[in-house]
Amino acid sequence: MHTKTVAELAAGLRRKEFSSEELTRAFLDRISRYKDLNAFITVDANKSLAQAKAADARLAGGQAGALTGIPIAQKDIFCADGWLTTCGSKMLANFTAPYDATAIARFNDAGAVLLGKTNMDEFAMGSSNESSHFGPVQNPWDTRCVPGGSSGGSAAAVAARLAPAATGTDTGGSIRQPAALTNLTGLKPSYGRVSRYGMIAFASSLDQGGPMTRTAEDAALLLGVMAGFDTRDSTSVEQPVPDYTATLNNDIKGLKIGLPREYFGEGLNAGVAKTVEAAIGEYQKLGAKVVEVSLPNSRLAIPCYYVLAPAEASSNLSRFDGARYGYRAKDYTDLLDMYGKTRAQGFGAEVKRRIMIGTYALSAGYYDAYYLKAQKLRRLIADDFARAFEQCDVIMGPTTPTTAFRIGAKSDDPVAMYLSDIYTISVNLAGLPGMSIPAGFDGQGLPVGLQLIGKYFDEARLLNIAHRYQQATDWHRRQPKGFE
Amino acid sequence: MSLDRQQVRKIAHLARLALRDDELDAYAATLSRILGLIEQMNAVDTAGVTPMAHPNDAGLRLREDVVTETDQRDKFLQLAPATEAGLYLVPKVIE
Repeated sequence: MHTKTVAELAAGLRRKEFSSEELTRAFLDRISRYKDLNAFITVDANKSLAQAKAADARLAGGQAGALTGIPIAQKDIFCADGWLTTCGSKMLANFTAPYDATAIARFNDAGAVLLGKTNMDEFAMGSSNESSHFGPVQNPWDTRCVPGGSSGGSAAAVAARLAPAATGTDTGGSIRQPAALTNLTGLKPSYGRVSRYGMIAFASSLDQGGPMTRTAEDAALLLGVMAGFDTRDSTSVEQPVPDYTATLNNDIKGLKIGLPREYFGEGLNAGVAKTVEAAIGEYQKLGAKVVEVSLPNSRLAIPCYYVLAPAEASSNLSRFDGARYGYRAKDYTDLLDMYGKTRAQGFGAEVKRRIMIGTYALSAGYYDAYYLKAQKLRRLIADDFARAFEQCDVIMGPTTPTTAFRIGAKSDDPVAMYLSDIYTISVNLAGLPGMSIPAGFDGQGLPVGLQLIGKYFDEARLLNIAHRYQQATDWHRRQPKGFE
Repeated sequence: MSLDRQQVRKIAHLARLALRDDELDAYAATLSRILGLIEQMNAVDTAGVTPMAHPNDAGLRLREDVVTETDQRDKFLQLAPATEAGLYLVPKVIE
């Protein structure tokens, strides 16, 4: 059962080949068998099995939707009522969420089973899952390597077949980069497509939740449930959700693919470049045309992001004060001392660095030079995409400059770590949808991701383009050894 | 731009992070490296560019001024480290 896609499992449930309870037990067994991956922070078999039994009743009653009875791993950034929700931090290590995030509520309404809460970089700040308070996650393709981050637990879980699908969140690449490093299909929707309500905030003008799956078809099924207007998120966009599965097979003959020359220059690993070029060649065989485009300000995306994201984070994370929920320091003299010690002990080093960068960038005398300057660059970066999309339907390139790196290789050098998101960050700044799909392997047998960037709210098109490639190739079906 | 111990101490205070003295040098070094990366922004002339705060340029929605949330005080108070009589407890701030 564990090798099947979500679409295949949904068909099997309908044909009564197995029940949701059997399916859920099978995945729970795999989670405990491969616990050394450290992909999950919380598993609660009783809760999951209760949902599975309810789903079985719904299936028997003929009221099943596409995801009814499907176990789904949820990134531990999504609040789920009654579940420990840690966001990968000591600060929330004792926090049981008192309500459901909208994304969780939508999965519950669809009859999906919450299989467990996955490990992640602390407060989603990281590109390797090493900043988690609960320890690093191993990449199933090479357990000495990181799975990427921040949605590293979700990536490892789906790649090792511990879950048929998972959710992630993406502020600068946290769905696409781990998807690329673990041979998954990951979709970051357009800003405003998926509600952020109950998704613990990192950088509110950049954060988006989305699916991490093995196929584009599965991503379409999950996005169909997650997406939609929500009055509880003031940035949620009031636009109907199409049936993303209906257009998967549309013809892509004549599709115009834009290749940004800046994405194929210095810093790109040769093995990754070769694999990405081969994938684009495959698209040409499928009838697509290639045009060169330019995103001249893309090299500024990282400096721009490392002002804006920390600035928003320093504000969002001010809520962790030890007064209302989460960790509180044991010994303190007064209120200010309680705040300071609670936050110094409750947050890890990377989170503290980002809070301080953001605090500095927003402080009196520096606001114009940092925050305002970065907002102006953000405009230039968004304008670059608008111009490029006058010449093409989709932009393609590598998701990451390298394949998975060793655990510990970059953990002492934050700036080196930041560069692993060089091709993904600008997409968040512009608010566009982006995907990573499996495109092949490098010389070491590590997966390479192809990034697809779409026009605003063009998720259906991206999924269609990804699906057609997956009909013609089998990279996405490859499984890591040792997890059969 | 590189930060010294004094500046790091001030920023940490503004951010309500009680860093230990023996941590200040390490933070000064990494924060300075990150600021070095950020300062690549200065290579671009942005005169006359309208700042972009957000991908959605549309304004915020308004809603009817009606009660939409239920009272869950007891449920939320259970999550707090210290409470009394339906209130959050913190160290005394007024003598």
